[in-house]
Amino acid sequence: MAKTLFEKIWDAHVVAAETVDTPAILYVDLHLVHEVTSPQAFSELRARGLKLRWPDRMLATLDHSTPTLPPNADGSRPYANAEAQAQVAQLESNCREFGVELHGWDSAERGIVHVIGPELGATQPGMTIVCGDSHTSTHGAFGALAFGIGTTEVGHVMATQCLLQRKPKTMAIHVDGQLPAGVGAKDLILHIIGSIGVDGGTGHVLEYRGAAIEALSMDERMTVCNMSIEAGARAGLIAPDETTFAWLKGRPRVPQGAAWEAAVTQWRALKSDDGARYDREVRIDASAVKPTVTYGTHPGMAIAMDAPVPAATNAQERRALDYMQSKAGQPMQGTPVDVVFVGSCTNSRLSDLREAARVLHGRRVAAGVRMLVVPGSEAVRRDAEREGLHRVFLAAGAEWRVPGCSMCIAMNGDLAQPGQLVVSTSNRNFEGRQGKGARTVLASPATAAASAIAGRIADPREYATQEQAA
Amino acid sequence: MKPVTRLHSRTAVLADENIDTDRIIPARFLTTTTREGLGRLCFHDWRYQADGSDNPAFPLNRPEARGCAILVAGRNFGCGSSREHAPWALLDYGIRAVLCGEIADIFRGNALKNGLLAIQLEELEHRWLLKHPGIELAIDVRGQFIELPDGGRIGFQLEPFARHCLLNGVDQLGYLLQHEDAVSAYEQRMETAA
Repeated sequence: MAKTLFEKIWDAHVVAAETVDTPAILYVDLHLVHEVTSPQAFSELRARGLKLRWPDRMLATLDHSTPTLPPNADGSRPYANAEAQAQVAQLESNCREFGVELHGWDSAERGIVHVIGPELGATQPGMTIVCGDSHTSTHGAFGALAFGIGTTEVGHVMATQCLLQRKPKTMAIHVDGQLPAGVGAKDLILHIIGSIGVDGGTGHVLEYRGAAIEALSMDERMTVCNMSIEAGARAGLIAPDETTFAWLKGRPRVPQGAAWEAAVTQWRALKSDDGARYDREVRIDASAVKPTVTYGTHPGMAIAMDAPVPAATNAQERRALDYMQSKAGQPMQGTPVDVVFVGSCTNSRLSDLREAARVLHGRRVAAGVRMLVVPGSEAVRRDAEREGLHRVFLAAGAEWRVPGCSMCIAMNGDLAQPGQLVVSTSNRNFEGRQGKGARTVLASPATAAASAIAGRIADPREYATQEQAA
Repeated sequence: MKPVTRLHSRTAVLADENIDTDRIIPARFLTTTTREGLGRLCFHDWRYQADGSDNPAFPLNRPEARGCAILVAGRNFGCGSSREHAPWALLDYGIRAVLCGEIADIFRGNALKNGLLAIQLEELEHRWLLKHPGIELAIDVRGQFIELPDGGRIGFQLEPFARHCLLNGVDQLGYLLQHEDAVSAYEQRMETAA
């Protein structure tokens, strides 16, 4: 029978099939770990006298609670508070005690967990990947079944390398046609979530497919899959293809030589079979996507920046518009901006920084606007500095920081003040997400950069010169 | 986990849809390394005013909502992050059940593993409960129904394994560890295939 990409990966990882009474036992190939959602799981293992089943199938890093300012003169790190510092110290000691590879402060590969997994080639097609982090869906860009889990489940995977799971439903998102010039993956995924809704994918694994998806680079595919959870879907997948294999080839953890060829042959067979059935299918016309931003307090409240904000139809939509100070009937374009954030597991990879730098090149961040650029990993930082991107940002008046989650989750001291409007390349515009009372507008790196220059939400296409296009 | 078989309480209502985990517990409190004591942080930025006093506009601060262990919430409760701190905070605050339309997947799984009843209802019944805060309900996990004051019943369905674990206080990690042989056999098969 014809199978979808999801079904092929699922079937290959079933340790015990599900029954009416019991979920499937699903095998996990790679378990990613960070400091926020792991301490209670390590404590649980310790309390029960359990060991890690496979420490070498885990990969840990520091990203959420970590400062993005450089070390102080005495070498100490400028943590937001003692708790953040203690949390990082606890992951360091847990990894030492349990024998887990940690990309900590002294690692040249440290970074946001969803950026470094792919960079190291730890993320591979056909794998099951989990992390105590909902944006684990990012890794689906490689044709891996990757999803976020809670801390209790983190403990389950640590001790057994398995999870208890009911098989989710499947949903195909066909993106036909071609994205217009100056419109990117972030615009596309915001448009998709705006179309299917913030809970449109609940209970489903999404598979993004079609000509517009095949045309995306790996960085762009990661941006799309990253935000699957913002439509309620725990996982989003894209079939691996030549773009995927070319990106992965030669990375430290992928098979080398003859083993590489054998792996690619297997990976090629992962794509959904012709005639495979999905529980739901939706079609999106890529050519209709414009630079897209959010206007409310969840990612489903997304529209083209030049389209009028829809009128509230119920109490919570009214609350959202009030909180955002968005005006029904008026476009978001032109709204005054206080802070611009380029970073997060959604948009902190090299191509994102290039996209922002292309717009900023030779220009200045508007007076009164604070702009923060936070690379996703030490590798991204190195590559960006080699290209001189950091000089573009610094010359424009932006801050160039040390890698981490930073202002996406605002738990490390990088935050906006009450009432401030942040144009952010991150993934969540919830109330208070970037600081109590802060108002978040989600956007692409190009839109973020254009808005920084204009001091208002601005269309990046107005800032593309022929010279830069060349 | 202690068995959860029956829960009797008045309801409190948060009618907003899409109450995300950042609203349940803001991210800046996630630097904790334990799971205890998060109740005082539950709904923090909604519940307290800037000076730290209770926000009278927060529905759960009303006198009649105090002590309610059953929360009736708008659709898609618990969307957003995977933080298990959300159910930990709700339980420590005193909430033992969330009645909702659709509940976000990761939150629902996290809640049930901690003995917090995350129950999805049909739209009509959900809407009725949203409109009747303070009503006395008895939730019967074994029979999978909610008893109304007039003796009427609202049925619901829990995932059978989650229900079994709730009723018997089954520890899911213990269950998984019992399947060690199957896991080893799977690993053996994969090794051979590679």
